[in-house]
Amino acid sequence: MPEAVLHVYRGDASGGGLKEYRVPLQEGMVVLDAIHHIQGYQAPDLAVRWNCKAAKCGSCSAEVNGKPKLLCKTRMDALPPGQPVVVQPLKAFPIVKDLVTDVQWNYEVNKRIPPFTPKPNAEWRWKQEDVDRVQEFRKCIECFLCQDVCHVLRSHGRTDAFAGPRFLVRVAGLEMHPMDALNRTKFLKEDAGIGLCNITKCCTEVCPEDITITDNAIIPLKERVVDDHYDPVRMLIRLVTGKKKGE
Amino acid sequence: MSERYESHDVDVLVIGAGGAGLRAAIEASAQGARVGVVCKSLLGKAHTVMAEGGVAAALGHVDPSDSWKVHFKDTMLGGKMLNNWRMAQLHAQEAPDRVRELERWGAVFDRTQDGRILQRNFGGHSSPRLAHVGDRTGLEMIRTLQDFGVHQGLEVYMECTVTKLLKQDSRVVGAFAYWRETGRFVLFRAKSVVLATGGIGKAYTITSNSWEYTGDGHALALGAGAELIDMEFVQFHPTGMVWPPGVQGLLVTEAVRGEGGLLRNAAGERFMERYDPKRMELSTRDMVARAIYTEVKEGRGSPHGGAFLDISHKPAEMVKKKLPSMYHQFMEFANIDITKSPMEVGPTVHYIMGGVRVDADTGAATVPGLFAAGETSGGMHGANRLGGNSLSDLLVFGRRAGAGSAAYAAKAPGHGVIDPAQVAAAERELLEPFERASGPDPYSIHRRLQQSMHSLVGIFRTEQDLMKGIEEILKLKAEANAVRVEGSRAFNPGWHLAHDLRNMLTISEAIARCALQRRESRGAHARLDYPNLNPELGDANSVATLDGQAVRVSQSPLPRMPDELRALFATEPAGVQS
Repeated sequence: MPEAVLHVYRGDASGGGLKEYRVPLQEGMVVLDAIHHIQGYQAPDLAVRWNCKAAKCGSCSAEVNGKPKLLCKTRMDALPPGQPVVVQPLKAFPIVKDLVTDVQWNYEVNKRIPPFTPKPNAEWRWKQEDVDRVQEFRKCIECFLCQDVCHVLRSHGRTDAFAGPRFLVRVAGLEMHPMDALNRTKFLKEDAGIGLCNITKCCTEVCPEDITITDNAIIPLKERVVDDHYDPVRMLIRLVTGKKKGE
Repeated sequence: MSERYESHDVDVLVIGAGGAGLRAAIEASAQGARVGVVCKSLLGKAHTVMAEGGVAAALGHVDPSDSWKVHFKDTMLGGKMLNNWRMAQLHAQEAPDRVRELERWGAVFDRTQDGRILQRNFGGHSSPRLAHVGDRTGLEMIRTLQDFGVHQGLEVYMECTVTKLLKQDSRVVGAFAYWRETGRFVLFRAKSVVLATGGIGKAYTITSNSWEYTGDGHALALGAGAELIDMEFVQFHPTGMVWPPGVQGLLVTEAVRGEGGLLRNAAGERFMERYDPKRMELSTRDMVARAIYTEVKEGRGSPHGGAFLDISHKPAEMVKKKLPSMYHQFMEFANIDITKSPMEVGPTVHYIMGGVRVDADTGAATVPGLFAAGETSGGMHGANRLGGNSLSDLLVFGRRAGAGSAAYAAKAPGHGVIDPAQVAAAERELLEPFERASGPDPYSIHRRLQQSMHSLVGIFRTEQDLMKGIEEILKLKAEANAVRVEGSRAFNPGWHLAHDLRNMLTISEAIARCALQRRESRGAHARLDYPNLNPELGDANSVATLDGQAVRVSQSPLPRMPDELRALFATEPAGVQS
């Protein structure tokens, strides 16, 4: 039976390195199958997160040959033949052990997003076309690959100032919901740090759900922030009427 | 105790953060309880995320003649009348409100032409009844519940595994757990506990379930002295992927058939004509699963040992819009474009109808302070669950168990006393596998259990196979008691499995013993040696309890349906077949 060679990161916060494993190659095999084979026969304590194995839960995020990927969706036969497959943990988050990283920060950011707030006394009827866009955002499986690839988080480590693409997508889903009554531009500007995104679209490229993150979510949100907070006409109106931003 | 361990005090402790657990936690919190939610994975990754086709509720948006009574009747007939009638009634009555409520919390369901929640056909439902979002309904539900719950202030303990419920006299007063990340132990003191840990799919080789589904809630309940009912009823979903090997068992949503997909064998014949000519592809899951299995067994299977499921006669754009995950799943994993070619599908272990015996109205188990909801509870689905009734079940009974547990906690005199001996025993059990110089590894025992369950306690059963299965389970139980684990306590999947394995073995034994006891074929339980339904056994629930490490089984009378509900079935004298 043909074999695959994997170089898998083994280690924790105190250090570690790549370790070589060989596994029998099966037709249609994905990288997660190989990792499970290593666990089941060679390294029972190899740490990896996974759940659905169907690209629907977003648990098995890691980096394959340096690229953010879902391990369950990355087929071995799509990787360069004859070369070891390098599997490493997400780089943007602190390592816990082996392929598992500490993604707790994402859950903290999520808590700060002003929640869905339905309009009072509205009729809950809308056309399918009116929610196609919102449904696109709600496809997100929270794999955090977009967070991992985003240079604001990955290279500059600005978890203190930037919510990351995942949560801009979540806000877009709320802002564009036909029944939502809240305005989140102040949150986007001051807390989520939307200005830090300079639209390189790396997030859109890695999204396993094919959400057009930059064009459909982030840019429209940036426009709303500009309208509410930087539009000179509106600034003047606010000055005259004494109304606050976002009202 | 509290000096030795990290500990947390809550009013209600919910174990499991899928749909049922989150809905229970939200309700308990709304009733004023301080709620802790413990889950084995990250929040939002539970198996509810995999539910695809939709949530069943008699909203009547597509068929105005639909009503709770029709839904109730479909559910009871699908369950071969073994369902707890009161649960089936509450479920059918309350599901529409629970779906509308979810929409008020931000869920975005697909729409009808006139702008209301769209509903689709599903097996065993006599009207289009499933509210849905393409084929990712479960993701929509769990995300809605997760975000609503987080903003409501639930305390969530992620990647934390509960291994024992702690009792004071007869009452459950807390739980012992470990953090997966560090392996450190943690104590929860609680006035009541809700079990919502899902099912036991991982005891089988071919399953749609993830690593988490190891019968934890079922085993915790048994260990605390509670009763399980109807554990012989394991649902094989008729359509799992059969190829390539790595994705064998992966779910292919029933919505494919709901949207008009056809089943054919290798000869091109629509074989359901021979099994259920009236309902064809939209027959109940037990019937369709057995039909596919039989076609393959008798040599009419597809190249990789399944049946062909074909939706390619429908417009490609419609398929991509209504079944986007299926389109991508087959494209990416099997190189098949389902808008052009048929899929190959076969039965996969998906769900267990049996579970913790609960009071229909409150979710209370037979042990004070203990509650259960969703797949972990039993009774609602009888001998076979209809597709779409699981998502509605977890909303209706998650909410009820949340209310029940909060009411119990409010009346409780305070937190109970944690018994150091129980904690010490729980700790020993977890640490021993590290201390043994030699012993079998948990992965190999797990593989053998899965093979035994699949071949001996599977889709068709016989007394001989079941006896052999029980013997094998007992042997593996003994081996699991001597298991050895390598490495440290920090995020060590081998160690985690060593514990989960104990739960799987106990619950597998309960399944096999209940299956041996029920000498008839009914719903998902098919006996080759007793191929017919025995009307006398329609009045009996199977009951499993724990005696030391041994599982004991017995029978108890089914709660009797009131006459006004019974009258709904007057026109169905032959409506119940095995």
